[in-house]
Formats: sequence, C-alpha cells, structure tokens
Amino acid sequence: MSTLRNSSPLAVTGKYLALGFYVAFALFPLYWLVKIAITPDKLIFTEGTALFPSEFTFENFQTVLIATDFLSYFKNSVIVSVGTAAITTAIAAAAGYAFSRFVFRGKRLIIALMLITQMFPLLMIIAPIYKIVAAVGLLNSLTSLIIVYTAFNIPFATFLMQSFFDGIPKDLEEAGMIDGCTRFEALRKIILPLTLPGLGATLGFVFTAAWSELLFALMLINSNDTMTFPVGLLTFVSKFSVDWGQMMAAGVLALVPSCLFFIFIQRYLVQGLTSGAVKG
Amino acid sequence: MARIELNNIAKAYGPVEVMRDINLTIDDGEFIVLVGPSGCGKSTLLRMIAGLEPISGGDFTVDGKRMNEVPPRDRDMAMVFQSYALYPHMDVARNMGFSLEIRKAANEERVSKVQEAARTLGLSKLTERLPKQLSGGQRQRVAMGRAIVRDPSAFLFDEPLSNLDAALRVEMRLEIARLHQRLKATMIYVTHDQVEALTLADRIVVLNAGDIQQVGTPLDLYETPANKFVAQFIGSPTMNILEIEPKQGGLSLKNGANLGVGLTNAQAGARELGVRPEHLNIVSPEEAHISGTAELVEHLGSDTNIHANVPGIGQVLVREHGHFALKSGDPVGIALDLEKTHLFDADGRRLAA
Repeated sequence: MSTLRNSSPLAVTGKYLALGFYVAFALFPLYWLVKIAITPDKLIFTEGTALFPSEFTFENFQTVLIATDFLSYFKNSVIVSVGTAAITTAIAAAAGYAFSRFVFRGKRLIIALMLITQMFPLLMIIAPIYKIVAAVGLLNSLTSLIIVYTAFNIPFATFLMQSFFDGIPKDLEEAGMIDGCTRFEALRKIILPLTLPGLGATLGFVFTAAWSELLFALMLINSNDTMTFPVGLLTFVSKFSVDWGQMMAAGVLALVPSCLFFIFIQRYLVQGLTSGAVKG
Repeated sequence: MARIELNNIAKAYGPVEVMRDINLTIDDGEFIVLVGPSGCGKSTLLRMIAGLEPISGGDFTVDGKRMNEVPPRDRDMAMVFQSYALYPHMDVARNMGFSLEIRKAANEERVSKVQEAARTLGLSKLTERLPKQLSGGQRQRVAMGRAIVRDPSAFLFDEPLSNLDAALRVEMRLEIARLHQRLKATMIYVTHDQVEALTLADRIVVLNAGDIQQVGTPLDLYETPANKFVAQFIGSPTMNILEIEPKQGGLSLKNGANLGVGLTNAQAGARELGVRPEHLNIVSPEEAHISGTAELVEHLGSDTNIHANVPGIGQVLVREHGHFALKSGDPVGIALDLEKTHLFDADGRRLAA
C-alpha cells in the first residue's frame, strides 16, 4: 500500500488504464459469446460485427435445452469433471504431503519422472492410449475419461499440493504430535483445515481442465450417450452449416458450473489462513 | 515429574554421525539449560528427547523406563517451540486445551484447566481470539499455556524467547523462572543466549559440535570452565585469551611482561591464559602488568568497557565498574587479578593448580 501513497496521479491513472485494458481484452471473447447467444439467427450475419444486437432473444437457449442432447452432454461432463477432480485431488494431496514431509528412497527419481510426463505433447500418446483403452474394453465409457484425465493431471496437481504443504510450518504437526496426536490425527485436525485453500485451488484447476478437455474425449467417445460437452458442441457443426446461435448458447450454459464451482471455492482461496501460527 | 537419563546417546544422519556418547542425568524437578552456538546439536538433542527426531544409538530413559522408540504423544512431555507453533485455525482456549481434547478429557475438566492456565498467564480476556490477533508476547504465553494445561512430566523449551524483543524477553524469562518455582517440574531449555542460561538454569549443559563440553551450575561454569570454549562462551563480555610463555621464574606474556607467578607441575603445559574483562583493572603505570592505549571506551553507565591495544599482545578488554573517566587514545596500565586467571593447554583444556 505504501507504494500507492507515493505515486503521482498520472501513474495511478496509467495503472488503472492498463488494468482496464487487460480486463477488457481478456473478457471480450466471453462478451462475444454471450452476445451471439442472444442474437436472433437472422441477424447474426446481417449485423456482422456490431457491438450490440438490435434485437434480443432467448430462443437459442430454449432450443439447446429442449431440442438437443445438450443436457445429456452436460450431465456426462459433470460426472467426468467432478470424478476427475475428486480422485486427482485426493491422490495429489496424499502424494504432495509425502513429498513435502518425508524423506524416502527414490523421491528425486519419482519427482523427475513426474516432470518428464509433463514434457510430451498429448498428441504423441493418443494412439497408445487409444489402444490400451480399447484393449480393456473401456471405449465409449466415462470411466475411461476419468482414468485418463486423472493420470494426466496428477503430476501437476501433486506439485501444486506439495507447495501448499510446504507453506505450512512443520512445527505445527510436531506440536500436534506432542499434544497427543498420531501423525494421521495431526494431519486431519491441524494440517487439513489449513490446506483447504490448496485443496480448493487444486480441485478448481483439475475440474476446469477436465471440463474443457476435447482431444481425448473426441478419440475415446463415439456414442452420443456418453459424449461430454466439448464433443457435444461439435454436433452443432453440420455438413452444410454451423448453428452459431445455439452453439454459443450451449457455451454460455457450459460456463455456469465452472462459475458456480469457483464461487463455491473462492472463500478457501483467500490467502493468510495460516497467519498467526508462527512468528511474524 | 520425571528423572531423565541419557546414556551414550548418538545421532547420525545416514552415515554422518553428528553426535555421540552424550551422557546426562536430569533429576526430577531440575531446570536444565542446553546452551551452545548454532549448529552445536542442542535443538537436535531436545528433539530426540521429545521424540520428534529418532535416536540413533544409546538409551534414553524416563524414570528408569526406556523411551527410545516411544512416539512423542506417549512421552508425556510438553514442548514450547521457537515459532510458538500455535494452531492458526483454533482460538486461544482451544489451542491451550487441544491436548486434553485429543485425550478426550471431560469438557468441564478441560474448561477449568484452560481457565486456570489462562488466569496465571494473564490471558483470561483473550481466550476467544485467534493466534493472528495476538501480539508476539501473547502468542508466547499461549504456547506456554498449552504446555501448562498438559501437566506433563517434563517441559521442553526450544529457544522460546528468541523471537521476542529485548524487554519482553526479560519479562518472559522471569515468567518462566516463576513457572518453574511454582510447578517444580523437570524442565529442559535450549538457548544460544548465555544470559538466559545463567539466569534460569539449575545446571547448564554447554554443547559444541555435538559434544558436551561441560555440565555444571552457572557459577561452576563461570568460575571453573572446563576448557577454553566454555570459558569464552560463558560470561559477557567474552574472556580475554592471552598467549603465554612459561619461563624460569614465573609466567610471562607474549610481549615479555612477567606476571611473577610460578606454575605448578600440573600447569607445565600451559599455552594460554584467560582472564575475564571484569578481573582486569586500570591502574597506575607502576602497578600495571601490561600497558597500552585505550582504543575505544564504551560508557554503559553501570560499567565502562575499555578496549585497549597492548603492544605485543593485541586487543585486551577491561571492564571497570561504574563510570570511569577515560577517553580513547589515553594511555592505560592494566593489572590482572591473578587469583582469577585460568590457564589452558595446547588443546584448550583448563589446567587446575
């Protein structure tokens, strides 16, 4: 805050201008998504790039919800994303805790291997993954997606969780163990409540990653019943035309769970939960 | 209440042995201070006693029962951490009562014990606050309260005062001394501050590089340090160490000044002479053993520290009581209180007469 006090009005204005520009730049595609979703079909091409449509309609939303399989895609996506987020976070939290607190043989090797898995473009391994999934008979199932997404997200989620655990002083669980806890009790009663921001961030990150994943969903799912939302979106593209209005309406609806999810976890993302634990 | 014994305790990290043959007996109700420079192993030793650090060798017993492999929760010891380690998501009362909560003690018992501890520590009005709403001194009190509520067989303190400012440190030091008088519990206290050690301890254990240098009462260590390390570590300002040359007809300093004292047979190997600044006096040139110039004079009110430069010897620190009218640059004559000097051999061991 002290820097604010000393800066000239010009610098402050400049800062807010820059921030404003960035926010507008980042949010513009979202705005466009909403705009097209509520523009009647007949105006989409005639009005071109006008910032505001001259007429509004919610017809696109109605069509998407009633006349298409959108709700089924949506449900599949929720199952896959929530499942992936829950499983990944549970595993990553356990692994992250171990990396943060324990010294064990092969720790560096495991960390190195996990980093290596992050180096390859996913395209390279699509074929082998397809072969494996097909061989175990999991094609066209949501389970296959949950397994694949979990596998890909665990390394990053583990590093994320580890950094959160690293931020919690070791003294706290030692104090807990001296106070009569087993290590597990100390973890549950002392460390876990303090890691909620980390768990929230990890859940959010994995959820969004799974929610918007297209490549594997496209490869592993063919049947309409088990399509996730990003794959389902492609059904709005037909051989001769693209149903822009409906596609955008579906896109807007797909944003809802992500937004809800972040509203729900944002209070855990607030910093400073551990303040007061140790000196300073 | 506990009698704690360490027999040939060793600590190794993998192949690296950092501590060996640590032997120490701590009597029931005794206040023991482990003191030494950073990295001497004092905190590691305390953590081994607490059960937070595995013991690599030897026997650790409490009241005759071997405890090496007992987990910390079953050792019945309370610990106050340097960082306080308060649980940030619990209020003061819950922090202090957490050990009873874990042991599933009755609610009334917990509340009454917490209230009593809060009262003795002056925390009664703060029991509903979270740690982040407390000052450093208050957090320190909560950490102590958490230990008191336990009513443990031994209290362990790991540099509990080093994060406090100077005034608060003195206050909390008194509080800990009072606590010990009232509870008469066994206490083991780790610090690098020799003032804390001298003021609190029944007995002090001086550690250096993983070895016990000396165990004794504060006065023992001050008056008969076992070696040069203890001599220089205990006492403030630090003891002067002067090189000597044993000669016919008495002890001579490096610059040739003869002190006129003979050496006993046991002292034949003496290489250095130690004398505390308070056992040196500024005297007239005729009475002086050595003379030089005052380089820097520090007037502290209660004392005056005179850093003198003595040709052929180097820096010598003299401490005079009260205000001493002397400016830097003045010539000074210095006399040694020969009763209070210590002789050390080539290995730094003190040679008794």
